Amino acid sequence: MTYATSSRRHEAGTAPVIQARGLTKRYGKVVALDGVDLDVHAGTVLGLLGPNGAGKTTIVRILATLLAADEGAATVAGIDVRADPREVRRHIGLSGQYAAVDEYLTGFENLDMIGRLYHLGKAHSRSRARELLAQFDLEDAGDRPTRTYSGGMRRRLDLAGALVAHPPVLFLDEPTTGLDPRGRIQMWDVIRSLVAEGTTLLLTTQYLEEADVLADEIVVIDHGKAIARGTADQLKLQVGGERLEVTIRDRERLADAEELMSRLGTSPQNDLERRTFAVSADLGVATLTAALHAFEGAGIELDDVGLRRPTLDDAFLTLTGRTTEETVAPEDVKGGAER
Amino acid sequence: MKVPYVLADAAVVAKRNIIKIKRVPDLLVFTTLSPIMFVLLFAYVFGGAIDVGGSDETSQAYREFLIAGIFAQTVIFGSTITGAGLAEDVKKGVIDRFRSLPMAPSAVLSGRTFSDVVNNILVLIVMSLTGLLVGWRINTSFWEAAAGFGLLLVFAYSISWIMAWIGMLVPSPEVVNNASFIVIFPLTFVANTFVPLETLPTALQTFAEWNPVSSVTQAARELFGNIPPGTPAPTAWPLLHPEVYTLIWSVAILAIFIPVANAQYRRSTSR
Repeated sequence: MTYATSSRRHEAGTAPVIQARGLTKRYGKVVALDGVDLDVHAGTVLGLLGPNGAGKTTIVRILATLLAADEGAATVAGIDVRADPREVRRHIGLSGQYAAVDEYLTGFENLDMIGRLYHLGKAHSRSRARELLAQFDLEDAGDRPTRTYSGGMRRRLDLAGALVAHPPVLFLDEPTTGLDPRGRIQMWDVIRSLVAEGTTLLLTTQYLEEADVLADEIVVIDHGKAIARGTADQLKLQVGGERLEVTIRDRERLADAEELMSRLGTSPQNDLERRTFAVSADLGVATLTAALHAFEGAGIELDDVGLRRPTLDDAFLTLTGRTTEETVAPEDVKGGAER
Repeated sequence: MKVPYVLADAAVVAKRNIIKIKRVPDLLVFTTLSPIMFVLLFAYVFGGAIDVGGSDETSQAYREFLIAGIFAQTVIFGSTITGAGLAEDVKKGVIDRFRSLPMAPSAVLSGRTFSDVVNNILVLIVMSLTGLLVGWRINTSFWEAAAGFGLLLVFAYSISWIMAWIGMLVPSPEVVNNASFIVIFPLTFVANTFVPLETLPTALQTFAEWNPVSSVTQAARELFGNIPPGTPAPTAWPLLHPEVYTLIWSVAILAIFIPVANAQYRRSTSR
């Protein structure tokens, strides 16, 4: 496995804020994590991408000092997670897969309690709680018990809880799982503004789109192993370059179009039902131009034509042999590791 | 970690649990409703059939006898809230959140057990009022009665720590409730809580004499002045020195289960 060397804001020579080497965790005979290495540099976002049960949550739990690895070592903010977990906790914020807010307390009381447990003092805890409620658009609901909140509001409150002490390092475990599209986009905005302020973020997600939008670097995790890493663009390149995609108008010219396309590029992917053809476009725009001339010359009318870059979905499919939707985690791994 | 933080953190956790008592009054209603029913059932249904000795009019004497037993049973059951509450917190991820904070680790359990004392105090107040309605009276001084209530609370507090350990051990709150019911129900019945010990078969009688539930009940009864006149004096050592025997048990339980429960709290991080 090679390391991706580039990361948008990563300056060469600075020590990573989060560093893990050979993290391994077993539950009985089930290997939940199998020697994972990670580096996250200051002010960047690392996305851990993988299906349920892949081991993403286990990684987060180890780095957030909730779980001890069987083998391997990790430092967060330069502190060894095994040797000094309490010091690590002073530097991190964690927002888990399920909103861990107390449903009988109000939003304000939840945040105030967390502030007090960070030992911010009474006055500071209260003002910080109000500040976060405002920042997360929860001001009006702040004095209602959180059991009256929507799922999106709870997740925002949970994230606010992770930010009470302005932690420089943030772990977000599937921050948008279970949210509706609007809630997800709101959450993305919040996360982006945090990163803009300089927070170092480790994010897990099952959504390729999310990793694509938020992460500077992505590590694809499957069956407890890091099977690929790099920027979203690098991962897409691993899958192959751009592709030419055309949709013709006239069903009677399907055979002609197929023949024409086969001369323009390789690895065809044709959908005759939808009158759509795709081939690799190794020359990029030149291939597109050639295609336009060829179709015009042959008198085949086009409904649509374009160059398409592979999505992370394509990348995931190529890397794991599965799409993200069809992965099913073994229950024992899920129960133990992803709780 | 500095000692003030240990206390301050525990107070923050306790406050959170007490807010919950306030927001979910059902909890208090249900923990007091069944003992109130017990008071009424035993006082009016069985009261006439159970002879506790003494020369008073029988059912009045039984009601006085009964209350301390109901108190003991209720505060012991009240301490199971500790286990169920902690198991629920584990399940909902609240414990994970606590663990990711730089707080004193011991505060989660000590805050919880403390708030359950508050809960037990509220329950005892409701029960005492019910008792007064059915004719129970305190026949001793204020300080003796206070000592009686105090001993009940101390004993229940120690049981809370056993429950805290169980709560960190089991997978769900329901298991805590079922498991504790199986153990606590017989413990509180094979005792002098509802019937005089002399009525039990010999084997059970010996068990009941050494059962700390009997001693805490006996101590409360004596401190409230609810031993009917003319009752034969107990023969077993625990019941001759019920306060001392109860305190020995409480201290022993605390000495074992505070460290054990806290170790389990730290260990369950690696679940």
